[in-house]
Amino acid sequence: MLQRIYDWIDDRIDVTPLWRDVADHEVPEHVNPGYHFSAFVYCFGGLTFFTVVIQILSGMFLTMYYVPDIVNAHASVEYLQTDVAFGMIVRGMHHWGASVVIVMVFLHTLRVFFTGSYKKPREINWVVGVLLFFIILGLGFTGYLLPWDMKAYFATQVGLEIAESVPVVGDLISNLLAGGEFIGAQTLTRFFAIHVFFLPGALLGLIAIHFIMIRKQGISGPL
Amino acid sequence: MEKNHNVSRRQFLTYALLGTGGFMAAGLIMPMVRFGVDPILQADAEEDMIDVAGVDELTDVPQAFDMEYEQDHGWHVEQVTETVWMFLDGEEVVALSPTCTHLGCTVSWGTDADNPEQFFCPCHFGRFERDGTNVPGTPPTEPLHRYDHDVRDGRVLLGNPSPQV
Ligand code: FES
Repeated sequence: MLQRIYDWIDDRIDVTPLWRDVADHEVPEHVNPGYHFSAFVYCFGGLTFFTVVIQILSGMFLTMYYVPDIVNAHASVEYLQTDVAFGMIVRGMHHWGASVVIVMVFLHTLRVFFTGSYKKPREINWVVGVLLFFIILGLGFTGYLLPWDMKAYFATQVGLEIAESVPVVGDLISNLLAGGEFIGAQTLTRFFAIHVFFLPGALLGLIAIHFIMIRKQGISGPL
Repeated sequence: MEKNHNVSRRQFLTYALLGTGGFMAAGLIMPMVRFGVDPILQADAEEDMIDVAGVDELTDVPQAFDMEYEQDHGWHVEQVTETVWMFLDGEEVVALSPTCTHLGCTVSWGTDADNPEQFFCPCHFGRFERDGTNVPGTPPTEPLHRYDHDVRDGRVLLGNPSPQV
């Protein structure tokens, strides 16, 4: 049955070469933990991507209940966490996942560094990777405010003061981020927009570039 | 056909397309950017002096007072309550902001058991003397901000906090 559906579609739009191009490629022996156990260090990039996918999915579901409004934000988080079925799990996935992504990015960066995989011709990919790292930190920072509790407020306060310490344009950056001079309703909606639209958009674009470059250049050789 | 074109037909077309494209892109981007930065371009509201406490309530030990005012959030006006540390320095009223000058946490008077005569910030253990001077060797690099104040009919009115240095 499934085979017939697949064939019916394939007859018309020829999908086989498309997915083969994405999924069918050789993995060199030196990155396969089946051959050398220590090659598991090559999994960190994939694990980062996997956690990012979890973050995107769980985040999409969280927005079904979350309201970025100073009166209701905290209450809506509390409601989805305690009253909605599996709320604790979905929010927990997003909450713990946020830390896991950062740990994974860090391990992935260490692997790339210690195997020298950033060297010519892969410098551009390293630069894109560093941008991705900053975007992920930005996602962590903007996401922290959204529960709108004390910890969120003060973490953001501290973050904005750090931005303010930038010479000359510091105040401007902080006001632009916060949408004004204090952390309030406008800050919350801004951080929400940045967290769910602007940064994820940039993240997906850069991830695409990151992956296309890996396919073009292949995985770097064994040590 | 005339030969001495300064601008070839192809070049002209490129310029025309780039120009139109650029114009259209600017027409798309410009409103969105202006929209996004609007809050920082809005004029700040005049701040009134706010009645916080009676002078007779003050002692020479810093006490926390509530300062209540309305804060404009664009589409929402919020009633906020802010803490102010006030005491008398001789005859002079001193009103200090509780916002730590390190990274903005909130300080309290005498909450550090080892330094009961100081303001203490729990975030990175910043400390301040009674007059708001930051204790050297702790993270804050400048004194607590002081509120502009006025005393009218035995009541203390506060304006904005400003740096002491
Ligand atoms: S914020 Fe007060 S010591 Fe760092």
